[in-house]
Amino acid sequence: MTTTQRLRPRATQEGIVLLMALLLFAGFTVTLDGFLSAANLLNIVRSVSVLGVLAAGMAIVVIGRGIDLSMISIMVVTVAIQLQVMHGGWSTGAAMALAVAIALGLGAMNGYMVAYAGVSALFATLASGAFIFGFVRSQILRQDSITLPDDATTLLALGSARVLGLPLDVLAFAFVVVLGWAALRWTRQGRFLYLMGDNFQAARTTGIPVRPLIVVSFMASAVLAWAAGLTSAISLQSVNTRIVNSTLLYDVILVVVIGGIGLSGGKGGMRNVVVGAFLIGVLLNGMTILNLPNIHQNLIRSVILLAAIILDGQLNPRDEQTSQQGDI
Amino acid sequence: MKTSIKASLKTGLLAAACTMAGTLALTAQEAAFDNPGPEAYANALEGRRVVLIPMTMGFDLAQGWNYFIGEEVRQFGGIWETRDPNWSVDAGAQAITDLIASADKPDVIIVQSPDLNSYSRLYRRAQEAGIFVIQLDNPSNYASDVFAGSNWQTLGELETQAVIDHCGEDSSKKIGVIQGDQVNSSSVDQWAGVQAVLERNPGWTVAGTGDSNWDPTTARNVAATILQQNPDICGIVDFWDATAQGTAAAVRDAGLQDQVFIATTGSGETIDCKLLENGTFGAVVMSELPRQSQDTVAAIKLLLQSGAAPGDASMYLYTAERARTAADLTPTTCWDQAAIEARAAD
Repeated sequence: MTTTQRLRPRATQEGIVLLMALLLFAGFTVTLDGFLSAANLLNIVRSVSVLGVLAAGMAIVVIGRGIDLSMISIMVVTVAIQLQVMHGGWSTGAAMALAVAIALGLGAMNGYMVAYAGVSALFATLASGAFIFGFVRSQILRQDSITLPDDATTLLALGSARVLGLPLDVLAFAFVVVLGWAALRWTRQGRFLYLMGDNFQAARTTGIPVRPLIVVSFMASAVLAWAAGLTSAISLQSVNTRIVNSTLLYDVILVVVIGGIGLSGGKGGMRNVVVGAFLIGVLLNGMTILNLPNIHQNLIRSVILLAAIILDGQLNPRDEQTSQQGDI
Repeated sequence: MKTSIKASLKTGLLAAACTMAGTLALTAQEAAFDNPGPEAYANALEGRRVVLIPMTMGFDLAQGWNYFIGEEVRQFGGIWETRDPNWSVDAGAQAITDLIASADKPDVIIVQSPDLNSYSRLYRRAQEAGIFVIQLDNPSNYASDVFAGSNWQTLGELETQAVIDHCGEDSSKKIGVIQGDQVNSSSVDQWAGVQAVLERNPGWTVAGTGDSNWDPTTARNVAATILQQNPDICGIVDFWDATAQGTAAAVRDAGLQDQVFIATTGSGETIDCKLLENGTFGAVVMSELPRQSQDTVAAIKLLLQSGAAPGDASMYLYTAERARTAADLTPTTCWDQAAIEARAAD
C-alpha cells in the first residue's frame, strides 16, 4: 500500500491549480478573440502584479505559520503618508524613507505582539490593521484619496517607464518573486523559516532564534505591502485609502492558498505565488472579456477559493502534530 | 358691565399707546413697517438641530456638504452636527437609530443613502418620530420628505452624449463603459442613461463593459482589457471620477490619450478641473455640489417653516447639471476642498 502510494505521482495542489489555469487559458484562447495576443498576456500579468507582490509578503508570513491581516492597512497608510508629506514639500527620497521606516516599525510591532506577547497572529494583525488604519486615517490623513503631486517627476516618470516593454508593476512583481525565492532558498533565515513553520517547538528546541525570525517575517510583509502600494500609486497617480474596505485582502489570501501554500505553515514558496496569481489573472481577464458583472465574478472566485481550501484539506490532511499545535 | 368698560378702556389706552409708538417709530425711520419675516424665520429655525449622515465624512462630497450646508444652518441659529459611518451601512443605521431614540431629537436629518433599501424602514421611523428626512445625492426606494441631488440617469445620458458629441459620426461609433457595481442606484441608473442615449443614436454600440466595484485598480485592469480587445473605441464612460483615474491610467498605458475620450461624473472639486485641464478627462458631468448644498439648505428652511409634519409630502430637488469640458472651465467652475478646510481651521 505504501509503495503504490509512493509510486503514484503525487497530485499536489500546486499542480492541480496550474492544470486548472492552463485549461482555462486554453479554453479562453479558443473561445475568446484576442485573448492570446501579446498585449493581453501582458494585461493578465499586470492585473495581478500588485496582488502578487502582496501575496509574496503574505507567503513569507504564512510559511512561518503566521498570517498578516494588516497588510492592506499598512500598504494604504504608508503610501498615503508618503504622498501627503510630499504634498507638504518633502523630497521624494525623504518621503520614501519615512514610509519605509513606518512600514518596518509597523511590521516589527506586529511581530513583537506575535513573538513576544504571545498573541495569535490572526487576532494580533486583525486588531493592528484596524487600529493602524483608523488612527492614521482619522489623525493624519485629511482625505480618502491622495494624488501623486505634480512635481513628483521621478515617480511620474516611473509610471510611464518601460523596460523591455514591461511596466513597473510587472517588473516589481518579478523582482520580488526572484528576491523572495532567493531569500527563502539560499539564506539561513529562509531555511529556518520553513523549519519554524513546520514544527515550531522542534525549531525552538534546536536553537533556531524563532522569536526574532517571526519579527523579521512580519517586517518583510509590511515592507512588501508598502512596495505594492507604491507601485499601484505610481500607476494610478493616486492612492485611494478605501481599498482597505475592499476584498483585496481576501484575494491575497486566495492567491496564497490556491497556489498551494498551506495555512498550516512550512510549505510552498514563491513558485506557488506565481501559480496562484496566474490562475486569478487568467480568470479575471477572461471574465472581463466576457463582460461578466462583478457579483458573478465574485461568486466564481469564491467558489474557486472554497474548492481550493477543501482540496488543501484533502491533500494535506491534519496530522497529529498540526492538531496538537492548532492552525494559525 | 363694569369689566367690559374696564376692558374697552384698556384696549383704547393700549391702542393709543401703540399708535403713538408707531408714529414715533415712523418718524424715526420711515420704512420700518411691521415686517413679519425675520421674526417668523428666526422662530421657525433658531435652535433647530440638523444632522448630516453621509456614507463617510472622509471624502470630498461630505466635506463639501459639511461646509456649505453647515455654514448656513449655523448662521440661522441652528445646531449643526455630523455623523461618520466610515462606509459602513450598519454604522450609519446605528447612527440614525440613535438619533431617533435620543431625548434631544434632531428636527432634520440629511442622509446619503448607501443603497436602495437599507435605510427605508429607518426613514419611516424617523418621520414617525417627528424628524424630517432629506435624502442627499443617492436616492433610495423610499420617498422621504425631500430628495436633493442628481438624477443619475441624466448623468449617464450627459456622459454618453458628451462622448458621442466628441467622437462624431465619422468615428468607430464604439464606446466602452466602466460601471460601478450594477447594484446601486448610482450605477444602475447611469447605465440606463447610457442605454437611453444609445437608443437615440443608432449605430453606436457599447463595445466592452465591466465593473470597477468603485476601485481604481480594478477600473484600470478592466479598461486595459477592453482597450486591448477593442483598440478602435473612441470613448469611455466611467461612472465615477475616482475610478476614472484608473481608466485614464489604462488609456495612458495603451498610448491612446489622443484617441480615447473619457467622460465621467464628479463632485466638481478642483481635482476634476485639473484633470480636465491636463486632458486626462474629456468631460466631467459635475454634480455641482455648491448648488446641491444650496437646494438642501432651501429644503431645510422650507420644511421647518411649512408647519407640515414629516411625511406629509415628498419632493424632489434635482440639480441642473451639464457635461463640462476643458473649453468651458472658469476659475469658479470647481470648488476647492483645501480652501474650505483652511477656512474651517481659522
